[in-house]
Amino acid sequence: MSTQRLGFADAARGLVARDLRLALRRSGDTLQPLGFFLVVTTLFPLALDPELSRLRDIAPAALWVGALLSSLLALDRLFREDAQDGTLEQLALSGWPFAGLLLAKTAVHWLMTGLPLVVIAPLAATALGAPYAAMPGILASLLLGTVALSLIGAVGAGLTMSLSRNGSLLALLVLPLAVPVLIFGARATALAIAGEPLGGPLYLLAALAVLGATLAPWALAAAVRIGLE
Amino acid sequence: MAWVWLHRFGSPPYFYRVATLLTPWFGWAAALLCAAGLIGGLVLAPPDYQQGEGFRILYVHVPNAWLSLSTYVVMAVSAFVGLVWRINVAHAVAASCAAIGASFTAVALATGMLWGRPMWGTYWEWDPRLTSELLLLFLYLGYMGLRNAIDDTGRADRASAVLAIVGVVNVPIIHYSVIWWNSLHQAPSVMKFGKPTMATSMLVPLLLMWAGFTALFVALLLIRARGEVLRRERNARWTVDVVGATQEAA
Repeated sequence: MSTQRLGFADAARGLVARDLRLALRRSGDTLQPLGFFLVVTTLFPLALDPELSRLRDIAPAALWVGALLSSLLALDRLFREDAQDGTLEQLALSGWPFAGLLLAKTAVHWLMTGLPLVVIAPLAATALGAPYAAMPGILASLLLGTVALSLIGAVGAGLTMSLSRNGSLLALLVLPLAVPVLIFGARATALAIAGEPLGGPLYLLAALAVLGATLAPWALAAAVRIGLE
Repeated sequence: MAWVWLHRFGSPPYFYRVATLLTPWFGWAAALLCAAGLIGGLVLAPPDYQQGEGFRILYVHVPNAWLSLSTYVVMAVSAFVGLVWRINVAHAVAASCAAIGASFTAVALATGMLWGRPMWGTYWEWDPRLTSELLLLFLYLGYMGLRNAIDDTGRADRASAVLAIVGVVNVPIIHYSVIWWNSLHQAPSVMKFGKPTMATSMLVPLLLMWAGFTALFVALLLIRARGEVLRRERNARWTVDVVGATQEAA
């Protein structure tokens, strides 16, 4: 009963602080997906040709495929260690809403992988020939898109967290579900680069992010509870 | 009272007995309906005025495409029933759905591509329906992959049930996002099936084929679910009785 005196907000805040501290202490691990993102987006010009006008056409594809793959790369670690050392078990037994706590963990995950990706995306976008005027649109679409990707990916990570070898399985589970994010995100980016209004796909991305934030925690809680059995 | 009748299906021996009784009925219904549909569709129906004889592939393609989606829904619903009410038989049904649904999806894709060769001039066109069918195949593969990766049957059941439910929520989103994506990229495809003004001589065989494939689906599902139930209950007394009895009869 003593834990119950602490409200859910305090518990979630404590969990967020702990996860943030852990992620910052291991900044090397945390930064890996970012490096991966930059490398992947660099591969496209090398595989195609360095002419900026042609690169501009594939910039949305390169940015979003890179974002999708690097978010996948980071997912594997999301629950694995906490599942192994029993932290998740304690959280499940704590009496606070498990879905809420896992949502807090996912939020930290987004802060440490999604947000930095959004921050360095202009760098990659410039290298791919996107004009300066397109940056707000690219940033907005990636901001919403990475939120949706983190939420979808967290469900996949929860389902596979207790499996010893899950690298390609996680990709097979998550990538088909992430297709709508890819479609709307790449479309918004393409419209931004072309200098056209991009409200439509942005609203749809926002709808996906909101839908994910509403439904994913329940699926996530169910998935993690099963993984803990 | 009505619930007692329903709950009996949760008992593996009862389910096994009923499934064994029903399988030949659905199997024969499938054979007869498909034979009638094939004669009607391949022999009796006139060639299409635009597509010629090539349109006849729809008698295989459309039932498969339709069933590929409804199999996923059946799988998700029985997974949900199994997850919520902890009914092992429902999990067995869900597990049996996956391979059948994946085969329907693969056949729908293959026939769609064969149809596309004469009609579109290419085997693969990024047509929204074909693309979402391909993504559906990936969803099935992911479901089967997750099931395979978890050794413990009970945990595999529950984890894959969560995945099936997440998937069934996502299927319409994926489908409409693909349609939206495609409509921005290219003009509408050359021609579409499913015109409401389909001639009766073409429509009746299609409905027969659809009914036949649905019966085939039920028959296959019952056969696979029986095997799955037997595998899960391999240490139970009734299993030994049933299998022993069949072996003596044979």
